[in-house]
Amino acid sequence: MTTPYPTLNASAGAPARGEEGFEDYKRALNANQARVEANRCLYCSDAPCIAACPTEINIPEFIRKIATGNERGSAKTIFDSNILGQSCARVCPVEVLCVGSCVYNHMGVPPIQIGQLQRYATDRAHEEGWRFYEAGASTGRRVALVGAGPASLAAAHELRRAGHGCVLFERRPQVGGLNVTGVAPYKMKADVGAREAEWVLGIGGVEVRAGVSVGAGEDVSFEDLEREFDAVFLGFGLGADSRLEAEGAGVPGVWGAVEFIEAFKLSQVDLSGVREAVVVGGGNTAVDAVRELIGLGVPSVTMAYRRGEDRMSGYAHEWRAAKVEGARGAWGLSPLGFERDAAGALRGVRLAEVDAACAPTGTERVLEAQLALLAIGQSKLAGVLAGVEGLAVERGCVRVDAEGRAGRAGYFAGGDCANGGKEVVNAAAEGKRAARAIDAFLGAGGSLRAHNSRGATGAQG
Amino acid sequence: MADLRTNCAGIKSPNPFWLASAPPANSGGQIMRAFDAGWGGAVWKTLGTPIQNVSSRFGGLSYGGVRGVGFNNIELITDRPLEVNFREIYEVKKRFPDHAVVASLMVETEEEWRDIIMRSVDAGADGLELNFGCPHGMCERGMGSAVGQEPTVNERITSWAKRYSPVPVLVKLTPNVSDILPHGLAAQRGGADGVSLINTIKSIIGVDIERMVPVPRVEGLSTNGGYCGAAVKPIALHMLASLARSREFQLPISGIGGVSDWRDAVEFILLGSSSVQVCTAVMLKGYRIVEDMIEGLSDYMDRQGFKTVDEMVGRAVPQYSEWGNLNLNYETVAKISADKCIGCQLCVTACHDGAHQCIHPQEGSRVPRVDEAECVGCNLCQIVCPVEGCITMEEVPNGFSPATWNEHLSEGAALRPKKGAH
Ligand SMILES: Cc1cc2nc3c(=O)[nH]c(=O)nc-3n(C[C@H](O)[C@H](O)[C@H](O)COP(=O)(O)OP(=O)(O)OC[C@H]3O[C@@H](n4cnc5c(N)ncnc54)[C@H](O)[C@@H]3O)c2cc1C
Ligand SMILES: Cc1cc2nc3c(=O)[nH]c(=O)nc-3n(C[C@H](O)[C@H](O)[C@H](O)COP(=O)(O)O)c2cc1C
Ligand code: SF4
Repeated sequence: MTTPYPTLNASAGAPARGEEGFEDYKRALNANQARVEANRCLYCSDAPCIAACPTEINIPEFIRKIATGNERGSAKTIFDSNILGQSCARVCPVEVLCVGSCVYNHMGVPPIQIGQLQRYATDRAHEEGWRFYEAGASTGRRVALVGAGPASLAAAHELRRAGHGCVLFERRPQVGGLNVTGVAPYKMKADVGAREAEWVLGIGGVEVRAGVSVGAGEDVSFEDLEREFDAVFLGFGLGADSRLEAEGAGVPGVWGAVEFIEAFKLSQVDLSGVREAVVVGGGNTAVDAVRELIGLGVPSVTMAYRRGEDRMSGYAHEWRAAKVEGARGAWGLSPLGFERDAAGALRGVRLAEVDAACAPTGTERVLEAQLALLAIGQSKLAGVLAGVEGLAVERGCVRVDAEGRAGRAGYFAGGDCANGGKEVVNAAAEGKRAARAIDAFLGAGGSLRAHNSRGATGAQG
Repeated sequence: MADLRTNCAGIKSPNPFWLASAPPANSGGQIMRAFDAGWGGAVWKTLGTPIQNVSSRFGGLSYGGVRGVGFNNIELITDRPLEVNFREIYEVKKRFPDHAVVASLMVETEEEWRDIIMRSVDAGADGLELNFGCPHGMCERGMGSAVGQEPTVNERITSWAKRYSPVPVLVKLTPNVSDILPHGLAAQRGGADGVSLINTIKSIIGVDIERMVPVPRVEGLSTNGGYCGAAVKPIALHMLASLARSREFQLPISGIGGVSDWRDAVEFILLGSSSVQVCTAVMLKGYRIVEDMIEGLSDYMDRQGFKTVDEMVGRAVPQYSEWGNLNLNYETVAKISADKCIGCQLCVTACHDGAHQCIHPQEGSRVPRVDEAECVGCNLCQIVCPVEGCITMEEVPNGFSPATWNEHLSEGAALRPKKGAH
């Protein structure tokens, strides 16, 4: 049984999406490629690739199963550790995770294409409709999950296996979080993320309340949740793009990068008349945005970063690929404001030259641009927790212990809202880990509702 | 889901996968780890008067960069005190009452056989395996393959074992004989409940060409050892099937020799094994390989509609026949899929030099062409092709009714004209 809820695919007659023209930057392996590559794996003991995966997938085992033709078993080995194995296969920065740790790197031999093999096995499972998990016998306990991104999806799946009822509260009309709205289309398009989310929820018994925002002053308050649920999982991710306090930030042609990415992934943006674009920032979102603008056909795309190329926080392998595609870097530049033409349209970005310590040198430059994207970070959302007693917020993130327990008994968190913004695979790992802590909490008789019953304190948890 | 529970000659286990008597089944601690990993049974490293081993002991055969395609050893039976082994058998059985623990035994006199059988059974062994197979060292002392090569000795010792053993007795046969059947029948006459095969094959795995000493080298000398691992599977399958298809031979068989994954295991079961033993693959890759073996077998059974392992045992045996019964009028030719072809032209060279010169390069394309009028349907091109499913052997109708060599001799059945014989 699946719960009906709005998905991307369901919206018949939806306009074409701007991301549709992108091709996969790493092509899917065919059966021959997968077999040959799988047979190359050394099947290491205590393999370093497993340790490098936040969800600790038994990589040598799933690869061996591809080599023996046991593709079902291969997919199961992946999902046993990471139910979002299909999207992770596409979006994980494998160069710094599993693939980066393959022992072949020490032999001067190309490392095993672990992500590609994982994609092969998990795509097979999704295509064939293989399902491996069933919901556990109902415990009668109910958990609210705030946000329906990777963290909450992983948590909900694990909670359902343990038999707990789940309700996902999602502010957006569709589930999937940034896996649908944020990931670069040459890694994964929105519909793949959306279908995976559907497949995960196919375990059944997860109610989705889409278009519902949770928090102080939102559609549903935490007090409401505490009345209805035994535990709450916070998986609401990060907020809107940070804005410059610079002058003229409101001019047309200036977008937050994540906002822009969501717009062209789910619908269309009009780039007519854009010959030059500037992306401000030096992190992964900035590099993605640069490559996306090039892919969308903008002739000249420059990334302006306040530090040097060697100090950008975006992955070197991604930036290298961006340069191959024609991206330009402008270093040691900090944004000051925006220039408009007589008609009020964006004409350029004004930047201050800064030294290695980011102190202005006194020189200013203007980079011509008809489109500017700000990729200088996303805001933190922990504000929605205002008034919830006991929950600690640290630099905008929900503070959790190693098990994912938040400060108030019955509250748990994982993913970007707790780790400050990492990868999908971290969200998947943290969601699952928190689900285990929730199961332990509920199993020991804990319940949020205790907060509201007179005389009772939180719970054992 | 298929039921993998197995009963081989009265020895029951949760699945047909057993560790063969060898280093992976050397001690209780190892066997418990193997059972935790999913193995259904274990044949304990052969017990007898503990021996002293040499160093080094093993040799490996690499082929095309793949290590351990074949493996050989000059190790003898257990070197651990018998009372330690028996205590551990007891401990393993206590923790795993439903798993199969089989004691492999090798001693000389009837007294010794009686004594070691009693002690094995007291320790809790579910069955015995008489090691008549070891082809090095022990046979120089009149045991192992020295017994397995003499049907009368085999029968005599088997009957002693049956006299003293209240639990099922398997006889482990040596492949170092020209025909396995008389040896299987000797075990049957001796009263064995089943046989296991194969033990290792007499071999020299290589020569250290700088020192001019065969390997494995023990100081300045070496000796012949026992060959096993993936490379011996075809020999094992043949011996297994020879017994399985014999009308006289009626005992259950535990198949051994080169099993590395679930596919190998399926092949052994289809040719008549009711349990499958593994040594080398575990030595090379660890107990963990059993997970894939269980999944792969179970999936295969579901796909084929087999509910139990028993239903599967021997299903390919009736299709193993004599050359004289093969249809000489059945004709196939190679077809190359242009879509799948990668243009390596390995098939061109193989056919030209090793077959019937009927695959030709084509002008303007890397995809070769098969001259079907000349193709004898030998399979060589398909064997060398690196692309799965690119070359297929397809039947071509030729208007001749089926005719075997035997039918041709006895009834003068008409044979199609020979191809490629000019
Ligand atoms: C542009 C961009 C590209 C990225 N590319 C990659 C990549 O290639 N590979 C990779 O591994 N990671 C990538 N990431 C990071 C990755 O997307 C995140 O780490 C991951 O999605 C975090 O999952 P989450 O479930 O914690 O949060 P999210 O995916 O952000 O999901 C949170 C959900 O909560 C909802 N929500 C928020 N507030 C509320 C509320 N108050 N009430 C109800 N619902 C709420 C949101 O609408 C959203 O659907 C990228 C991130 C960005 C921004
Ligand atoms: C190192 C080594 C030691 C062995 N010791 C024994 C033994 O003590 N008793 C025995 O019956 N077989 C012994 N064997 C043979 C194995 O049990 C098995 O019959 C043979 O290796 C074929 O199986 P495989 O191809 O899976 O290795 C030994 C094999 C090896 C490689
Ligand atoms: S495998 Fe172990 S026992 Fe054998 S030589 Fe190596 S270290 Fe020594």
